Parts: sequence; C-alpha cells; structure tokens
Amino acid sequence: MLEVRELVKTFRPARSEKRDRVVAVDGLSLDVERGELFTLLGPSGCGKTTTLRCIAGLETPDAGEIALGDRLLFSSEKRVRVPASERGLGMVFQSYAIWPHLNVYKNTAFPLEVLPRRKRPSRKVRRERVERVLAVVRLDQLASRRATDLSGGQQQRLALARALVMEPALLLLDEPLSNLDAKLREEMWFELKRLRRELGITGVYVTHDQLEALAMSSRVAVMRDGRIDQVGRPREIYEAPRSRFVADFIGASNLIDGVVESCDHGVYSLRTADGDLRVQSAVDVEVGASVVVAARPEHVEIGPAPAQTANGSLPNRWPGRVEERAFLGEWVDHVVSVGSRTIRARCNSKISIPAPTPVIVTFREEAFSLIPGEEARAPGHS
Amino acid sequence: MTHGSAAVAGERFHRSERWRRLLSGRNLVLAVVAGVIAYLALVPIGFLLWQTFVRNGHLTVASFTEAYSTVGLGELVLNSLTFALGSTVLATAVGTGLAYMVVRTNVPCKPLIFVGALAPLIIPGILHTIAWIFLASPQIGIFNQHVIEPAAGGRAFNVFSLPGMIVVEGVHLVPLVFLLMAASFRSTDPALEVAAVTSGASLRSVFFRITLPLARPALYAAILITVVRGLDAFEVPALLGLPNRTYVFTSRIWGALNVLPPDYGQAGAYAMSLLVLTSIGVFWYSRLAKPAGSYQTVTSKGFRPRPLPLGAWRLPALALIFLYLAITVIAPVLVLAYASTQAFYSPPSSYTLSHMSLDTYRTVIHDDLVVHALENTVIVGLGAATAVMLLTGIASWLVIRTSLPGRWLIDNLAFLPLTIPGLVLGVALLTIYLRVSLPIYGTLWILFIAYLTRYLPYGMRYSSASMFQIARELEETAQMSGAGWWQTFRRIVLPLMLPGFIAGWIYIVVVSTRELASSVLLYSPGKEVLPIVIWEQYRNGQLTELSALGIMMIGALVVLVALAYKLGATIGLREG
Repeated sequence: MLEVRELVKTFRPARSEKRDRVVAVDGLSLDVERGELFTLLGPSGCGKTTTLRCIAGLETPDAGEIALGDRLLFSSEKRVRVPASERGLGMVFQSYAIWPHLNVYKNTAFPLEVLPRRKRPSRKVRRERVERVLAVVRLDQLASRRATDLSGGQQQRLALARALVMEPALLLLDEPLSNLDAKLREEMWFELKRLRRELGITGVYVTHDQLEALAMSSRVAVMRDGRIDQVGRPREIYEAPRSRFVADFIGASNLIDGVVESCDHGVYSLRTADGDLRVQSAVDVEVGASVVVAARPEHVEIGPAPAQTANGSLPNRWPGRVEERAFLGEWVDHVVSVGSRTIRARCNSKISIPAPTPVIVTFREEAFSLIPGEEARAPGHS
Repeated sequence: MTHGSAAVAGERFHRSERWRRLLSGRNLVLAVVAGVIAYLALVPIGFLLWQTFVRNGHLTVASFTEAYSTVGLGELVLNSLTFALGSTVLATAVGTGLAYMVVRTNVPCKPLIFVGALAPLIIPGILHTIAWIFLASPQIGIFNQHVIEPAAGGRAFNVFSLPGMIVVEGVHLVPLVFLLMAASFRSTDPALEVAAVTSGASLRSVFFRITLPLARPALYAAILITVVRGLDAFEVPALLGLPNRTYVFTSRIWGALNVLPPDYGQAGAYAMSLLVLTSIGVFWYSRLAKPAGSYQTVTSKGFRPRPLPLGAWRLPALALIFLYLAITVIAPVLVLAYASTQAFYSPPSSYTLSHMSLDTYRTVIHDDLVVHALENTVIVGLGAATAVMLLTGIASWLVIRTSLPGRWLIDNLAFLPLTIPGLVLGVALLTIYLRVSLPIYGTLWILFIAYLTRYLPYGMRYSSASMFQIARELEETAQMSGAGWWQTFRRIVLPLMLPGFIAGWIYIVVVSTRELASSVLLYSPGKEVLPIVIWEQYRNGQLTELSALGIMMIGALVVLVALAYKLGATIGLREG
C-alpha cells in the first residue's frame, strides 16, 4: 500500500564543517502491505527517523518517490510534493507532542476541527468520533483532564488517539515507546498489538530497540547508513540474519569467521581459527568461500570438561575456560575463553559455573546462522 | 546510486525546490515582517552616515572637524568613558553584592531586599535624577544640609559634577546588574562550592576562586551592558552635567541640536562616534551572551541552593543593605512625594512640613497638557508594544523554525537597534522625516517608529525565548493533523507563546512610558508624552508639579509591573 522508491535525503552539514552534504537516506526503497506493521530498525543515525519524516512530509526528500495506494505523495521527477497537512497520515512522536494548552478532549478533537469547512463533520459526529477513539485507548474517563496532568503512558495513548481520530490510511510511529519505563513499555507492546488487530491499522514504526521490533512487527527492515540491510519477518531476521551487521544488531551474537571446507546435503564443515564447526544451513555457499557464523548465546551450551580430553577439539565441541559470569535472574551469562577469542553462553539459571573452570563449549548444529562473506560492502563504509 | 551522485542530485533538486517554496502565502507574510525589521534597523543608521559624511553630494569629514574643533575629542571621550565606566564599577559592585546576598546567603528579609533592589527599574530616569538634585544639590540638597555638611565641616557633596553623575547613574543601573547576577548565582550548582569547602578552602577564597569565576560570563555581560547603558544615558548628563559644563557625547548631541539653527552635521558626527563606542560594547556582549560550552557546569537542573550561613554578620549585613536601599530607593521617592505636597519647592522644614496639601495633584490632573500627554503616552506605548510583539513573534518563528535562506540576517537586524543610543536614534529619525514628505514628523507616528525601533531587540528576546520553549513536534503534530501554516500558528504557536508574549508586551509598555532620550528630539507641541512634560516642567522650574506627576506615574507603573508579575511572567523585567 505504501511504496517508497529510491528515496534520497541529504542535509547541509554544520557551517563549521567544510564537506559535502550529509547523506541521511541513500536510495532507500520499501513496500508496506495493507494491515502490516512495518518496522524500521537500526542504530541512531541510520536514517530511520529521516525516512519516516519524509513519508510524513515533514522533510522534503532530494530525490525519489513516495506513493500511498494510488496517490502520489512525493515525486522528485514529477515535481509532486503534497504538504504534510494534506497527506492525511497519523503520526505519533517520541516526545508525544501533547499540546499543553488543550485538554485531553480538545487535543484529540483538533484534527477534526481544522478540517476545511466542507469536509468537517458536524459537531455531533465529531464528538462521537472523539469519544469513540478515546474509549479505544481507554482515556474516555479523562476527557476533561488537563493533558499535562496525564502520566507518561496516558500521554502516549492520547498521542495515539489523536493520530487515530482521523482514521488515517497509514499510521507513523517514531519511537513512541522509548520514553516509557521498561514495564510500561512491555504493556504497551500488547496494547498496540491489540489496537492494530481491532482497528486494522497499517503502520510504519521506527525503533532502535530490537526486542520491541521483534515483538511488534509484521515485518522488520534493518537499516544501516541510510539503506535497508535486510527485510523480513521478525523470526527470519532473528534466525537467519544475512549480514554480520544484522546478526550483531539483532542480538548479542557470537560471530565466528571461517572458511568452507566441504558441504554435504546442507551441512557445511568449516575451519575457523579456534576449531572446526559443522553448520546446517539452507544458504548456498561454495567450498573455499569465507563465511561468518553467528551463534546466539542461548544456543551455546557449556558443560564441565571431562577429566581427560582428547587432544584437539571435535567439531562443535570446543574446550574453553569460564572467565566471567553474571546472574541475570532468568539466565546466567558466561563469558568463556576459547583459544584466541571469547564466546558468550547464556544458560538457564540452574547452571552457574565459577571462573576459572575448564569447560566444554557445545554449539548445536541447527542453531547456527551462516552468513556469506561480505566483500560487496565492508562494514563502516560511507 | 553512489553517495556522491546522491549528494549532487540532492543539491540540484534543493535549489529548484527552494525557489518554488519561497513563493507561498506564508512566505509573503514573512517577507513583509523581514522587510519592516530591515527598514527599522538599517535606515536610521544609513541616513546618519549619509547625513554626516555627505555634504552637497561630496564625501567629507567636515562635520567631524567642526564638531571636534569646538570641543576636544579627547576630553569628550574621556568624560564619556569616565562617566560610563565609573557608574559601571559602582553598579557592578553593588549589584553583584546584593545578588549574592539574596541568592546565596541566609540574610533575612530576602523578598523585601529583592523588591527593593529592583524598584529603581520602575522609576523613570528623569525622576530619579531630579530626586537626586533635591537630595544632593549643594544649595538645597537634604543630604547635604542634614548629613554631609555637619559631618564634613561645611563641605557639601556636589551632585552637579562628574562624581555626582557617576553616583546617580550608577545607582540607577544597579537593578540591571542585580538581575543578571542573581540569575547566574541561582543557576550555579552549590555543590561546586561545597566541594571547595570540603577541600579546605576558606569562605573568602571560595567566593573569589570558585563563585566569581563561575559567574564570570554573567559578570562580563553585566559589565558590558552597563557600560553601553552609561554611554547611552541622557537624563543624568543633561540635568547634572550641563549646568557645570561637564559634557559627554549625549549632552553634546543635545547641545548641537538645541541652538538655532540646529547643527545636524555636528550632532551626526557626535552621534556616529557614540554609535561606534556602543557598537563595540554590544558586539562584545553578544559574543559573550552566546552559550559557552566551557561553562556547562552552570546548569538549569533543579536544585535548591544551600544558603551560606553569615553567622554574626547576618544582622550587620542586613542593616547595611537597608541603609543602602533607604538612601537610593526610599529617599528619592519620599523626596518626590514631599515635593508634590508643596506649593513651591523648598527643603523640608517645620514650616513646609506643616503646610502640606494635595492641591498640586489637583492642578496637574486638570492640566490639559498633562491629560493630553497621558493620552499620547498610552496610545504610543500600547501601539508600539503590540506592534513590536507581533513583529518579533513572527520574526522569531521565521528565525527558529524555518530553513529559509538569510534568516540569521533577520535575527541580527532585530538586535541591531541595541547599539543605537536613544538620542542617536532621535537624531537619525529627525533627519530622515524632516526630509521625507510623509506626514510623520509632527505626529505621534514618529514617536511610534522610534519606540518600535528601540524596543525591537527586547521584543525579539522575549519572543525567541518563548519560541525556543515550544518543542518543534508540537507544531509538526498540528501539521500532521491537517492544520495549515496559519492554523498552526494561531491555534498552537500563539497560545503557547502567550505568557512570554504578554511579559514582553508589559515590559515594553513600562519602558516606553519612561522613555525620554529618543522622544526629546522628536516630539512637537501638542504631541508630548509624559516624560517630555516632566522634562519641560523641570526646565520651567515647575518642581512641585513634576513631582506630583512623577508620583502618579510611579504608582501606575507599580500597578503594571505587579500585574505582569501576577501573570506569571517569570521572564518579565529582564533588563531595565
């Protein structure tokens, strides 16, 4: 439903810096399907918020095209630029942007009141719609409350109500939960999911929090340097990252460089600097290619080393030594040194091994993700 | 697409897109505002330059040579600087001391001291000066008769002298320093001082080695703004300097225009020289006033300063402060109140004190000239305040919110009049509108233009301060909600700016009510404002009438300021 094609946005650098324009969004394209919650995920400065603001109409892109359904919102080629106020999109800001001089009801009613006279619904209809949307976000009891007297979570819901009262075709959410405390944030995940299901909202969601992205999205686009690195359903992104960057950003992964030795029906044998690995993967890689293997800490098991170890290590069973451990409630994280590197292992809280105990690190075959080498794009390029 | 080509395409597209956007209705409003501000700021200075350096179509410095052949430039500069720097030293020392006492120590009666320290802001300069003539003139001064002469064996303190001028001006500038320094002391984390105390420093060395250096940016700013004000000052040099021929720039300008025929070239030459001096000060000040990263320890975090215990010095300090306030605030108002009850002014004696009446007030209230001047004052003051705030409201939006090219220029232009002393502005506007055949000279419009120009920088400061407080998202949300530019401005921006807007408006009404320096050259018969009436009454020797009028003015201003304070205008009365 939303189509973004080859979007480019540059900014003028600070006056003191003598350099070219700073490229914030670099030829980005994406498609959002009706009913989807599409998340732009990435570290700060990756261009995710700029992309969202371009869609909203708050920034003017330098080049590219943005279309919603069959309506062209922006096109550098066709010289189309619909102002933000006429795009009819809903937006929720990170800071909520609640107007302090208006109460809850008036904040929500504002979008209906500024409609041109011929489009504006009657006073009665406006009231009904405001009351309905306030009920949806469960603020109907607080309609006459001063907006500044609301708690953080309530302000969040008010911002949502204000964005929804127009029944926009597309809802834009710019890190809407990042100002809430952890507990409230998790509550809001489910609240937002419920609203999305009940109202059938299509949305573009921006966040830097990978957990939030995984929890809420239909699809996630991981962004780096103004481009999308990988798009997919949360589980795909999590389990089959296609680049070192995505693997690293999505969760604390153990990233191990290696070379493919042989391949047997989807099971690859790899040689790495610290031992051999056997990896099951659907990814197609040639023998002799260099690859990266990502193993999530929760897929790494550690156990006591047998008294007598065979010299050398077996594939996927490496000898090591516990260096640090941290008790995290549900889990115990261990940092294990293996040869020249360290491996993080996340164990359930029954397993807790003090440093410096020799251990055997076991990688499960199916838990690896294999990432083909990245000659095309070196990390940190600009 | 590579990064390089994206950037190039971006640059090209930006240029064409920018021009298309420039022609919207919104930008027409902005262009008008920018045009008015540029006109107000640039035309007076431009005209003054032309007036001074061009004679019969030729570039010349004749005006300068004539101006400085009658009186030595050296002496004039020396007098002006001595006067400005002297009053600055006095104001800075007293103002900083008072601010430190109120903010950082446990001296009692803080609210009272606070009000007392700021009270001179309300008293118009001309009344303040006249009150000091009543108090310290060698012939009729009450202090001289009752305190100084008995103590000094018959020698009197002469207020009509350079030291006298310095004292009177310095005392009038104290509130300015007090405000700046109090704000600075209040925003400095006392933990920085506590850290010094725990390192074993004595209170004395804490003050001089920690507190003052931390407040240094504010201190420098206070010093510069006070020096500029000292150079600007007209009332004190005119009333106290002229009788004994102690000339500074402002009184010279006045002198050159107060002869027949007025010598505009000479006045322009003096005005240009003064403008150069004040510009240096303001330029320096504006560089200091920018937030300095190196002093980020001075935060606005919420903390309660722990007052410094004065111990045994608590009551003596209070007594000293009260003595100071009694002499500099209460005595001037009391002597005006006393004068207003007399038929003819003479120093208080048992005879005069038993013959007090309110007859003078009756005369003043029924004086057509006064009634007319009050009307004019209200019209011009309210008009100028409203116009300034509307202009700067839109201008500050333009500067802070848009990315239009040249917006920084508008910002600087709006602050430019800060460099123009009131009297110099008067000279410039006089020369312009005497030549231009618009019906402006001889009407209230010329005063309106003068005030508009003079208070533009203050309005800009209030407006941009409140504009900065409005998060950008509040406007963007309105846009996303479907509101156009004007709807967003009217329904979101204006209501949110309102407190700062009203504070600025009241401030301008208050200061324009006391404005003499820029009015004194521009008024014409029938178009007087109240300070002009007082000025004329003084020159005619109507001392009791002017006292009655002055007391009523002070009363009205007190009400206005109290109103501003009530409105929660915390940024009100930033500077006098």
